Amino acid sequence: MRLGFVFGEVGQGLRRNASMVISIVLVTLVSLTFVGTALLLQLQIGQMKSYWYERAQVAVYLCTDTSPSASCPQGEASIDVQKLVEQKLKSDLISPYIDRFYFEDHKQAYDNFQKQFKGNTIAKYVTPAQLNQTFWVKLKDPTQSPIITQSFTGVAGVEEVRDQRSYLDQIFAILNAASLASIGVAALMLFSATLLISTTIRLSALSRRRELGIMRLVGASNFYIQLPFILEGVVAATIGSILASAAVWAVVHFFVRGYLATVLPFTSFVGDNQAFMVAPVLIGAGIVLAAVASGVAIRRYLKI
Amino acid sequence: MIRIDNVTKHYNGAARAALESVTLEIEKGDFVFLVGASGSGKSSLMRLMLREDVPNSGSVYVLGENLKRLPNRRVPYFRRKVGMVFQDFRLLPNKTVAQNVAFSLEVIGKSQGFIQAAVPDVLELVGLAHKAGNLPGELSGGEQQRVALARAIVNKPAILLADEPTGNLDPATSEDIMRLIERINAAGTTVVMATHDRAIVDRLQKRVVVLSHGQIISDERETGYSFTPANQNTNEDDN
Ligand SMILES: Nc1ncnc2c1ncn2[C@@H]1O[C@H](COP(=O)(O)OP(=O)(O)OP(=O)(O)O)[C@@H](O)[C@H]1O
Ligand SMILES: [Mg+2]
Repeated sequence: MRLGFVFGEVGQGLRRNASMVISIVLVTLVSLTFVGTALLLQLQIGQMKSYWYERAQVAVYLCTDTSPSASCPQGEASIDVQKLVEQKLKSDLISPYIDRFYFEDHKQAYDNFQKQFKGNTIAKYVTPAQLNQTFWVKLKDPTQSPIITQSFTGVAGVEEVRDQRSYLDQIFAILNAASLASIGVAALMLFSATLLISTTIRLSALSRRRELGIMRLVGASNFYIQLPFILEGVVAATIGSILASAAVWAVVHFFVRGYLATVLPFTSFVGDNQAFMVAPVLIGAGIVLAAVASGVAIRRYLKI
Repeated sequence: MIRIDNVTKHYNGAARAALESVTLEIEKGDFVFLVGASGSGKSSLMRLMLREDVPNSGSVYVLGENLKRLPNRRVPYFRRKVGMVFQDFRLLPNKTVAQNVAFSLEVIGKSQGFIQAAVPDVLELVGLAHKAGNLPGELSGGEQQRVALARAIVNKPAILLADEPTGNLDPATSEDIMRLIERINAAGTTVVMATHDRAIVDRLQKRVVVLSHGQIISDERETGYSFTPANQNTNEDDN
C-alpha cells in the first residue's frame, strides 16, 4: 500500500471537483447541525426532567372567596377544611407515600407571588385573599400523584388538586416536538447529502476514467482503485461534520449558556460538556455516511 | 500457458456469436498472430484471455488459472502477470513518459525503490530513456507505442497481448515496434498479437491463427498472411 500515492489521488480528486466538494461540506454541515441540535434537545429534556421531576410537588389548593362557585360553593375554605386535609395527609392510608408536605397560607402565598412577579404590573393588583392557601405535597415517588389527586378532588373546600408535573409534561412535549422536527429536517438533509456524495463520486470517477481503465488493465486491486474515491467523500464529509460540531458548540456556548442561562437563571441548561459529547457522534455519523455513500457509488460506477 | 477450450462468446443483443467453438492452445514462449477480417473476433478472444470478459460456454485457462472460476477479487492479481497494448496506446496525457510507466507500478503497490530502478531500465529497453520527461503529446505515434509497451512489460509479465499495436503507425515505425516485440518474445515472453498488417505477418514467419466469423479456419506455424490457404475467402474485406 502506497499511502502517498493514494493521498495524491484524493487531493487531485478534491481539487478537480472543488465546487461539488464544497457543496458536500455545506450539506453535511447543515444536516449534522440539525442532528446535533436534536441530540442536545434530548439531553436538555432529560436534564430538565430529572431536575424538575425531583422537585415537582402536588398542590392541594383550598377555596378562596374569588374561586369559581362551581368548585367552591361555600367561598373561602374554613379552618376545619384545612384541619381535615392535614389529618388526611397524616393518615396511615396516605402518609406512607408522602416524603413531606407543608402549608402555605394567604400571607406566604402573597409574599412568594410578589417575589416571583417582581416588577410585573399584576403584582400591584393582586391581594393576599385572592391567592389560594395551599398544601404542598412532596411525594416519595412523583409518579404516584393520582393517590393525592383522587383523595382530595371533590372534597368540600378544596378548589383543585394539581400535579406540577402536568405543567412540565406540556413543556417537555413541546421540546420533544421541536427535537423530532429537527430530526425530520436532519433526515431529509442527510438523504440529500447521500445523493450529493454519490453524484460527486460518480463525476470524479468519470473525470478519471482513463486512469481507472489503466488501473484495471495493469491489475490494480479493487481496494486500491476504490480507496481514493471513498476517501474523497469521507474527507469532504469530515470537514462538514467538524464544522457542524463547531456550530453546535457555538449554539450551546453563546446562545444557551451566554443568553438563555442568564435570562432563565433557575433552569439547568446543557453546556459545553454536552456539546463535546455530541461532537464525536456527529463526526462518526458523517464519516460512516460518506464512506457508505461513496463506496456504493464507486462500486456501481465500476460495474458499468 | 494459454488454453482456449471450445469457447463460445455471444454478446447480449448481438445477432450471432462473436466467437464460436474456438479451441486453441498456446505454449510458453510462442509468438502467435491472430488475423482475420474486421469483426471476426480477434479482440473478443484477447479480452477473454485478459479476463475482461467471460465466455458463455467453454473454458479459458491462462497461466494455470481457470479464468471462469477465478473470483473477481483475484482478477487484478492475475492481470499483473499479463501485459497488454492497444492500437490507441492508452497513455495518460498529463503524465510524463516516466510517470506513465511508474503509474502502473504505483497502482499495484510497488515500492518507490522498485519503481525508481525499474522505470529507467524499461525505458532504456524500449529506447526512450532520453524522452523520460516528455508528455505523450510531445511524442510520435511510434514513441507513444513504445511507452505503452514499456508499461506493459515493466512488471515482467509472462504473456504480452497486443491488439493491433501497429494499427496507427506507418510501415517503417511499425517495423521498429515489431523488432521491439520480437525482442520481448526472445526474452521468453509469450506474445499474442492481433493484426491486419500483412507485411509484418509475412516477414516474421510465425504461427498464424486465422479467424473468420468467430471461428478458427486455419492455424499454422512458420507461415505468412498470404500463404494461409483458408485466408483467401476472408481477405477481401480487409484494409
Ligand atoms: N462489447 C460488445 N458488445 C456487443 N458486441 C460486441 C462487443 N464487442 C464486440 N462485439 C461484436 O463481436 C464481433 C467481434 O468483434 P471483435 O471486436 O472481436 O472483432 P475484431 O476481430 O477485433 O475486429 P477488428 O479487426 O475490427 O478489431 C463483432 O461482430 C462485434 O460487433
Ligand atoms: Mg479488434
